[in-house]
Amino acid sequence: MLDIQSLECVRDDRLLFSDLSFSLAEAEVLQIEGPNGSGKTSLLRIICGLRQADAGKVMWCGESIRANREDYYANMVYIGHLPCIKGELTVLENVRALLDTRSLAVNDSVIEAALAKVGLASYEDVPGKALSSGQRRRILLAFIELAQAKLWVLDEPLTALDIQGVALMESMILEHRQAGGSVIFTTHHGMQLDCDMRSVKLGVRAS
Amino acid sequence: MLRAFYYLLIRDLRLALRNRHELANPLIFFILVVSLFPLAVTPTPEVLQAMAPGVIWVSALLAVLLSLDRLFKQDYDDGSLDQLMLSPNPLMILVFAKVTAHWLLTGLPLVIIAPLLGLFMAMPTDAVSVLIYSLLLGTPILSLIGAIGVSLTVAVNRGGVLLSLIVLPLYIPILIFGANAVDVAMDGLSVKGQLFFLAAVLALAISLAPLATSVALRITASR
Repeated sequence: MLDIQSLECVRDDRLLFSDLSFSLAEAEVLQIEGPNGSGKTSLLRIICGLRQADAGKVMWCGESIRANREDYYANMVYIGHLPCIKGELTVLENVRALLDTRSLAVNDSVIEAALAKVGLASYEDVPGKALSSGQRRRILLAFIELAQAKLWVLDEPLTALDIQGVALMESMILEHRQAGGSVIFTTHHGMQLDCDMRSVKLGVRAS
Repeated sequence: MLRAFYYLLIRDLRLALRNRHELANPLIFFILVVSLFPLAVTPTPEVLQAMAPGVIWVSALLAVLLSLDRLFKQDYDDGSLDQLMLSPNPLMILVFAKVTAHWLLTGLPLVIIAPLLGLFMAMPTDAVSVLIYSLLLGTPILSLIGAIGVSLTVAVNRGGVLLSLIVLPLYIPILIFGANAVDVAMDGLSVKGQLFFLAAVLALAISLAPLATSVALRITASR
């Protein structure tokens, strides 16, 4: 499904990784490991097509993601370090705004159900600025749940989440995998996933 | 695609309406600058009249320039811009929605308040209507060209000066033709040429600026 071919990334004249190749099939979970500054976020941004690789390419279903952007982005959802939450919008409006950029028409009741699942029931009409950072991250969990994407690219999804939040994220990943979806993620917190999981290590060269 | 355009436009308008003080900034700047001229220079109607087109156009241009930062800054800071770039819809359409919202929130209020300031500067009524037309054609161009500049500088801390340096040279033709149209109207001559020029630049800007902006945004994000 996703094919990474000999990627190279240089940041501020420092080589983060080179000749990095791996692929991801359906229903596969992949963890990117590595110390701080080893290029995990850069790699994920390259996989998303947000950042340009210095060499190599990312292929989706046999085609380069640049050539096939529309199809790739309809099937991929990314969450990064930043919360993407607008303080002036309510929780429901925030989820709706994120879904609208993906042109997904979703009923209020479906969004409310997803919010209840991530522990934000009865928060629908609370403005984003009144939420804690953990609650903001939970909005993003509701978003990826509703994004109808085969591939989840999650950069530190456990940031600011409490123990229940971590458990929720784990169960969501397992469910997604059961449904045939794939996940690429990075984390520094322990994520206990009860399934086969591959990992790619970065920053080995530096040590 | 139109759905994505429409909802992003509505989202931006809603965000601005819930943050009204920011909305009023360019308008208040515009009114203040223009209204200081009679006090600082002279209240004599003849002198004011001669200065009016230039003063009003320069103030409108600076008011738009000051508001440009708002166009992408917040979305860049909170990560929403990444999500827009990962949308299956063409980024150009989304950029156009954002620029449209920006014009509705800054350019249009300036156009609406301009006749009042025209009278304030002792402009004859015929010239005031030309002032409205010229601003109506000119301010969207300012927003569209400004978007290109902002998309290049949004990642730079305190990129305000850089933004002015990039954008002002491109604004100058608009300023010259816009102010000149009003000037000529006060002399009772035909202003068709100037207004047609502005309309042509507007058509060009609508078709090319969103494309340039979306390419610039991708470059900004890739660093």
